[in-house]
Amino acid sequence: MKRYSAFAIAREGFRAHKGWDRAWTAPEPRKNYDVIIVGAGGHGLATAYYLGRNFGITNVAILEKGWLGGGNTGRNTTIIRSNYLQDPSAAIYEKARSLYETLSQDLNYNVMFSPRGLIMLAQTHHEVRGYQRTAHANKLQGVDTEWISPTRVKELCPIIELKGPRYPVLGGLYQERGGTARHDAVAWGYARACSAMGMDIIQNCEVTGIRTEAGRVRGVSTTKGEIDCQKLGIVVAGHSGVLAQMAGFRLPIESVALQALVSEPIKPCMDVVVMANTVHGYMSQSDKGEMVIGGGADGFNNYTQRGSFHHIEETVRSLIETFPMVSRLKMLRQWGGIVDMTGDRSPILSKTPVDNIFINCGWGTGGFKAIPGSGWGFAELMATGESALCEAFSLDRFRAGRFIDESVAAGVAH
Amino acid sequence: MQRFTCPFCGLRDEREFSFAGESGKTRPDTAAEVSDADWSAYLFTGTNPRGRTDEIWVHTPCQEYFRMIRDTVTMEVLETVPLRRDPS
Repeated sequence: MKRYSAFAIAREGFRAHKGWDRAWTAPEPRKNYDVIIVGAGGHGLATAYYLGRNFGITNVAILEKGWLGGGNTGRNTTIIRSNYLQDPSAAIYEKARSLYETLSQDLNYNVMFSPRGLIMLAQTHHEVRGYQRTAHANKLQGVDTEWISPTRVKELCPIIELKGPRYPVLGGLYQERGGTARHDAVAWGYARACSAMGMDIIQNCEVTGIRTEAGRVRGVSTTKGEIDCQKLGIVVAGHSGVLAQMAGFRLPIESVALQALVSEPIKPCMDVVVMANTVHGYMSQSDKGEMVIGGGADGFNNYTQRGSFHHIEETVRSLIETFPMVSRLKMLRQWGGIVDMTGDRSPILSKTPVDNIFINCGWGTGGFKAIPGSGWGFAELMATGESALCEAFSLDRFRAGRFIDESVAAGVAH
Repeated sequence: MQRFTCPFCGLRDEREFSFAGESGKTRPDTAAEVSDADWSAYLFTGTNPRGRTDEIWVHTPCQEYFRMIRDTVTMEVLETVPLRRDPS
């Protein structure tokens, strides 16, 4: 892999940019791998990357049904934060956030991490108490957040309307080191680094079956033939249930379409991320100037990456009260992704009933922010069979009743 | 927005309807001993199918529950019938 640098740009500038390599190769699958990861989204690629970097396992294939990073990795609103209430969540999301800080240097790929600050608005008295509690919990967990007053909210985000009337801003939970990153670049950066370690990223290769023998995985059937493996990691978000069924077990997952939209590009007006969970809207401004707005999830299970018009209407209508300027904005485009929701709104990073099949799913409406931490922990789980980061997120917790209940703290789309 | 057919009121906006549960999923008899596995499967594990699905929905204005057979990929509603009748 040729390293990207200012010097490399200058060098290529003198030879008409003809010396760049492809960022990753496009190999045909081999017959056998030590590890197969299904799903070349952020979480799958990060898992593969840390398997190679931290454990020296590089005989890895990453299979992708469509194109790399084309699922929820390319469909989220790019928000990064770690202000969760429960200890296991704070640990894995804070690990992810801290890895994001140096990810561009680690991968030699600019993921445009922008720790611009993030405010979660408290607009009811319940939220005030809830977020103050989270701020206290975060102090104990070593996550840098603080409770701020409405005046400070207005200072940080001048376009906000504090007075309501329905939902006045009563304060906010502020994470100064939260922010955004370029979502595609995260997938591309990991993919490039994986490819450089000799891993095979195989796109347009759908897994159609999982072969097991005596309760142990043997390999997968794909649209590009049979491939054997020692270990299998399923990292396919919304379609986790479909893959689990192929392997003969069920998951406590509901697949729902979540949607987002962006406005026309406008001049810089907002340099923080603001989440207003009561009115169920959240907004940030992209580097291109578009206002990126997260919308609601459909109220029923489905697998259509589409969303529905009345949810856009509800989201925008509710945002107008808190951000009156939104009423003058034209919305540019809208899209949807299939999110995998669990009962306690926390992910599953776990062994499964089949030996050597591991599952990483259930990130629901907020997986992007967790990509590096999820990959870090899941790689450890796959390589060694245990991981302190993943332990609390086992499948078993639904039977044992040890929920990591973030449905109140963060059940909103985020 | 989609429109669903309530078996009692006819074609109405999606917003008037709520998903109520998976059809055929029965609550374990809690008067008897229920294992943790059965109980958690009842609470948390649905079939979550990709394709044809059979569900119970409620039409909020008339408060009638009914069965809806629909496709989770194409969003096509295949059939809606009252609970006491079997789908065709």
